[in-house]
Amino acid sequence: MSRKFFSGPFILILPSILAIGFVIIIPLIFSFYTSFTSYKLTRPDSLFNFVGLRNYERLIDNTKFWYAFGRTILFLAVVLNLELLFGLGIALLINKITWGQRTLRTIMMFPMMFSPILVGFQWKYIFNDNIGLLNNFLYLFGYESAIPWLIDKYLAMGSIMVAEIWANTSIFAILLLAGLLGIPRDPIEAARVDGCNSWQVFKNITLPFLMPFIFIALTIRSLDVGRAYDIVHIMTGGGPAMRTELIWTMIARIGYKDANMGFANAMSYVSIILSIAFTYYFFTKLVAARRDLGQQ
Amino acid sequence: MAEVKLKNITKKYGDVTAVQNMSLDIPHNEFLVLVGPSGCGKSTTLRMIAGLEEISGGEIYIGDQVVNEKDPKDRNISMVFQNYALYPHMTVEENLGFSLKIAKEDKEEIETRVKEAVQILGLEELRKRKPSQLSGGQRQRVAMGRAIVRRPDAFLFDEPLSNLDAKLRTQMRTEIKKLHQKLKTTVIYVTHDQVEAMTLADRIVIMKDGVIEQIGTPLELFEKPATKFVATFIGSPSMNMIEAKITNISGELYMETNDGISVLIPKHKKNSLAEGQKIFFGFRAEDIVPLKFGQKPKNSWSMTSKVNLAEPLGTETLIFTNLGNTEVVSRMFTPELVNSNDDLEFALNLDRTYLFDGDTGLAI
Repeated sequence: MSRKFFSGPFILILPSILAIGFVIIIPLIFSFYTSFTSYKLTRPDSLFNFVGLRNYERLIDNTKFWYAFGRTILFLAVVLNLELLFGLGIALLINKITWGQRTLRTIMMFPMMFSPILVGFQWKYIFNDNIGLLNNFLYLFGYESAIPWLIDKYLAMGSIMVAEIWANTSIFAILLLAGLLGIPRDPIEAARVDGCNSWQVFKNITLPFLMPFIFIALTIRSLDVGRAYDIVHIMTGGGPAMRTELIWTMIARIGYKDANMGFANAMSYVSIILSIAFTYYFFTKLVAARRDLGQQ
Repeated sequence: MAEVKLKNITKKYGDVTAVQNMSLDIPHNEFLVLVGPSGCGKSTTLRMIAGLEEISGGEIYIGDQVVNEKDPKDRNISMVFQNYALYPHMTVEENLGFSLKIAKEDKEEIETRVKEAVQILGLEELRKRKPSQLSGGQRQRVAMGRAIVRRPDAFLFDEPLSNLDAKLRTQMRTEIKKLHQKLKTTVIYVTHDQVEAMTLADRIVIMKDGVIEQIGTPLELFEKPATKFVATFIGSPSMNMIEAKITNISGELYMETNDGISVLIPKHKKNSLAEGQKIFFGFRAEDIVPLKFGQKPKNSWSMTSKVNLAEPLGTETLIFTNLGNTEVVSRMFTPELVNSNDDLEFALNLDRTYLFDGDTGLAI
């Protein structure tokens, strides 16, 4: 038995087991443990102060957390839908182009080449109520009262969404363009001969073929948007009066600024449920869409 | 039902001309086959008729209307594609009814017509299945069913059988023929397989390099090929073709091959030939007879030659041998065993030789 345990195959996969252990499993167990303690970064000895489910109980009663939770879902819903819509439109247009397609594809990816922090700074400047590009632009057209884009309680969230959409729509466009290029020509031609106009071809043939790609893009982006932190931190810092506070800006604030790591970790574990739920939902849809097309 | 007319149709891709100045009248109810080697422009022609390819010059009529500028959807034609082109996310039933649904026919009408197609093609059991759950032959049937339900003016087939295995292909060929007899519609059928063309067609159009080589019934093409290309393309095995020059030996015209073999020109061909003219002379495999197993033709030329290879095919045997330096094939219909390297005497039936001009390839 022991001979078998240290046999060739086991030794060969040992390095990866160790790597995964150190990088993923141990931190996971450790952080999960800390969510049951009153661990504060400033007082290391509190690591051993086991408090049971108290962090989670506090969480359930914490309305600020649930507002951030709800706001994150809203942020996800708006951003994902609009990115899908714009990305699909861009992909369809680029797919029509026969000359200069590669160049356009490259240009389209420019926003992805910038760090989200810099994107945040740039949009913060554009949206600045005083010296920002947008207000100055509006001023040119006679709109003289400065709009407080990042300070107004409703506009601030919208402004962040705009920045997020600007930066990442091309991910959708690229993935959907790949999907469009992969659609066989025959069914589309058959549909045209069968009497479809362009819209009917799109609705009945192109879209079903594109569905798997849409759900892959949604899965990737839902994880991405769900952990949004940098862009919000830069543009509003969660303000005004926490109106743009998302789950991760809140967790980071409580974990690092308030040094309340045990509580922050408890929040993280609850928020992970959100990501898992989105991923699970989109994957179920993806599998269904693929089965619908007769792909396994 | 309608006739289809092509008037000086041309298709250009940049500098490349795919189809040049093609004119063709296809009357009601005709089964017309476009055949030719790959790249000859036959599929392009079909796709122009369907409206999937723009026309660079000329006019296409369906019925009495010019359809050049019409979308495929307004041409009332059906097309069956090489890869079936079924809609993978729809069941057989939905595939069949799709065009009617788009045309906003009412549900009962759709149901009746789908039912009709399903019965004609024997798809009853498969109605609820998706294309991925069907075999190649079944998919092909659904593709044809989808064409039938529309009751189109014309059916277009683009190499519909080339993805099927040999046995199924023969079977589907028969079915297509029966279907045409039942539906009485104009059919334009593209294939590269001359056997398919011969068995299915009322008339065959042979194309090469974007130009029509010959139009005719299958037998006309077989018996009276207009060009050397048609002669070698139609018929299996391919017609034997030997390069020669016309010589005059003491007042009689002979064709002399490059390796010095002289064969007397049959009387009825003499008038149109001149001494020194380069020609090809062709003859079909069944017209060169191994005398040991067959009857000597009345007007013949004989040679003794070694058998390179014999292929017994059951009902017939193909014998490969040499005429001078050129390999020729002889076909005999007696099931006799022939050994390679045997010397056999062959007689060439001179009444059934074909002569083609050495430069233009036109029949003489």
